[in-house]
Amino acid sequence: MACQRLARGDPPPVIPRYQTVLFFILLAASIVMGVVLWQLRARAHERLLAGQDSTPTRAPEVAPPEQATLYFANDADNTLMTQVLSLPLPPSPNARARAVLGKLLDLYTLPDAAHPVPGGGAAISQVFLLPATVGDSAATAPAPAAKDSQSGPQLAIVNLTGAFAAGHPSGLETETLTVLSICATLHANLPRVTQVRFLVDGQPRATLAGHADLTRTYLTADVVPTEGIHP
Amino acid sequence: MRSTDRMSNWVRISGPVSNEVPHPWCGLIAPRVGIPAAALIALALSIPAFAQAPPAPRSIVVIDAAHGGDDQGGSLKDQAGADTLEKSITLALGVRLRSLLAARGFAVVTTRESDIPVDAGRRAEIANRANAMACLSLHASQSGSGIHIFTSSLTPAEPAHLIPWKTAQAAWVTRSLALAGVLNSALLHAGMTVTLGRTALPGIDSMACPAVAIEVAPEISAGRPQPGSPSDDGYQVRVAQALAAAILEWRANASRAETPHP
Repeated sequence: MACQRLARGDPPPVIPRYQTVLFFILLAASIVMGVVLWQLRARAHERLLAGQDSTPTRAPEVAPPEQATLYFANDADNTLMTQVLSLPLPPSPNARARAVLGKLLDLYTLPDAAHPVPGGGAAISQVFLLPATVGDSAATAPAPAAKDSQSGPQLAIVNLTGAFAAGHPSGLETETLTVLSICATLHANLPRVTQVRFLVDGQPRATLAGHADLTRTYLTADVVPTEGIHP
Repeated sequence: MRSTDRMSNWVRISGPVSNEVPHPWCGLIAPRVGIPAAALIALALSIPAFAQAPPAPRSIVVIDAAHGGDDQGGSLKDQAGADTLEKSITLALGVRLRSLLAARGFAVVTTRESDIPVDAGRRAEIANRANAMACLSLHASQSGSGIHIFTSSLTPAEPAHLIPWKTAQAAWVTRSLALAGVLNSALLHAGMTVTLGRTALPGIDSMACPAVAIEVAPEISAGRPQPGSPSDDGYQVRVAQALAAAILEWRANASRAETPHP
């Protein structure tokens, strides 16, 4: 058709005016609808956020500071020394034990620490407190002894992280001091804790870093020294 | 002298039995050999003919170079700053000490002579079989300074017929503390810094002999610009000489204790 028109010398066809007007009207309507839709979406989002009650219902609890006794190890003379600090301690015994041990290990990471051990407070995964039993600390199966679980002696199970054990310096003295300072600190702040056992990543482990035995139950009565004497 | 060979859970006992009483051996091996062997030992101890035999001199020393094989122990820096494994240092120190003690007339039993793995139970088994007058477990560490002497943290117990394997050292803790005192004196006399302590070490806790763990740490002294590394030959020689002198003193003390007074 077009070729015939060109052959005849007719002018090329043009878009009718009404179609042009209709196109621009539809284009303007689309833009207006897009803007309106965007505004409706923004309003819906604001209504959603307004519907959520994000205001705090309880103020965060700040435990009052209490006196905590920490047994610090000293590699230079192989001793444990006590130091009393004021720490905010939670009321739960398990959380309290974890907080105290976390503070102890945090201080071992200081540059001028007398017993440098990496890891800090994050090295303590959990501390579980269970009714203690009486028996051979090393080998035999213990027999129940705690008649009153509310006031009887307790066994503390300290779960250390694998990263802490892997990064602990290897050596008889340094490993022994770490274990003894943990046991002594636990007993000093939770007097009912009379026995301590250790896990690493939730599993029993033969030694801390090749020396100190972690398979036995440590009796705090054998561990807690008088101030300044060798453990 | 007595000797025992453990085959699986049984122990073959041969040789005359001395009259050294009390002795926890029969109790120690009873859980592993069963009641018949323990009864035989108890019977032998009560026979006067054996009791009249003069006791053989006990100049056996067990040297336990800690770690070995896959168990590398700690990593220590030498004088040049290079890493040295604890298992290599303990073996080198053990060889030096063995030579010095052999030259002084001791029969030396070692738990390992090369870089091989030896578990804690096997170490205690070797020591208990030797019936030694002293068992020295050698360690090395980068932490602390001087020489750390450790004895078992087990509560001292009276010798009994039945002794659990894991706490066999309990009957010997008192004598182990005495041995630690002699070692402490000798090392102090040699001009070294010494710290004493108690620890829970599986190998030591199962030994039925006066047993002490000796950990060699860097030597820090006012006259030295840098701390002496436990891998240093000169440091090891001085430590070995002091330990050998202490063992000589320990044997002399034992001889004096066994000599009847007029």
